[in-house]
Amino acid sequence: MKCTVCKQPAIIDLRRHNANFCVEHFLRFCRDQVAKAIKDHSMIEPSDRVLVAVSGGKDSLAVWDILVELGYQADGLYIGLGIGEYSESSGELARAFARERGLHLNEVDLPGDHGFDIPSGSKAARRVPCSACGLSKRHIFDEAARTGGYDVVVTGHNLDDEAAVLFGNVLRWQTDYLGRQLPVLPARHGFPRKVKPLIRLGEREMAAYCVLRGIDYIVEECPMAEGNRHLGYKEALNAIEAASPGSKHDFYHGFLARASARFTPQAEAEQEGLEPCARCGAPTPGEVCAFCKLVERATGSGAVPVSLGRRG
Amino acid sequence: MKVLLRNPKRELEVDGPVRVNALLARLEINRESVIVIRGDTLVPGDAVLEDDDVVEIRPVISGGAS
Repeated sequence: MKCTVCKQPAIIDLRRHNANFCVEHFLRFCRDQVAKAIKDHSMIEPSDRVLVAVSGGKDSLAVWDILVELGYQADGLYIGLGIGEYSESSGELARAFARERGLHLNEVDLPGDHGFDIPSGSKAARRVPCSACGLSKRHIFDEAARTGGYDVVVTGHNLDDEAAVLFGNVLRWQTDYLGRQLPVLPARHGFPRKVKPLIRLGEREMAAYCVLRGIDYIVEECPMAEGNRHLGYKEALNAIEAASPGSKHDFYHGFLARASARFTPQAEAEQEGLEPCARCGAPTPGEVCAFCKLVERATGSGAVPVSLGRRG
Repeated sequence: MKVLLRNPKRELEVDGPVRVNALLARLEINRESVIVIRGDTLVPGDAVLEDDDVVEIRPVISGGAS
């Protein structure tokens, strides 16, 4: 198998692009795909201060690496979720990545800073672990971006993640979620802009990118995610992809090009009704935001003190 | 050859020579869900693996809901 560009021996075949690449041209392909996603969706300006949500997994470390390669000023934020050995290992990998490249990694520790970890906190709050984890991460990233003066939060969601979420939302016709499933969520109501530069690259490409760039990432699956619905959707979509390469790309990017605008008015109307949370100041449709409620239930602490004047 | 698998971690002995895609088919692994690593680089689907090779078949699917 030869590289489609230079005819040297290839190390990877990408059937959905009908292309094979050597190391050099595969790495260039990944950077080009990220640059194209950023340009097509106006994700990041050259002068923006960028905060990358870093988990220690392949996607977040790869997107951080690519953004730095493309010349963006990007810091990381790692959140210690208190998921035993898994969190310890992923934290060490995130720190090692930053240290070896001279990059700045911010850290928040959920047990130390908010009084609960995901395994026991989600149980106490009677939430699915992935739901409590996602809610906590979104809140902490928003807060860190606001207080740290960052213009944009970058997440490592890739094509497979977005196709699986879309599959789940379509399966149950969750039209409110469909209206919010965009590669760029603009800054408003105190939320920073959020962008997903990996929407043109799949999980296989991101794992390959990390191996070829010598990026050590956590390969083990999060023990709390085992058997979750999205992993099942990904397997189903990969079975379709194996029979018909390009299906995942067409499903998700076709949705963005031809369908998502039909659902955005509903999502925008919901955004209009947001007010600052009485406790932490984060935008919320109720008096107290979902994260503050989670903290109360997870820690059994009762009402968290109201912080006044934190936001304008 | 020695084949390392993950989730759960285990090792298999497989006779070479065998093409990567044929090995994946024999193990009933979807090629879209893994990368195959030999040394510090990747091997594509049509590469032939020899008896004295050590390869890792690494799953690439990850993630919670958000």
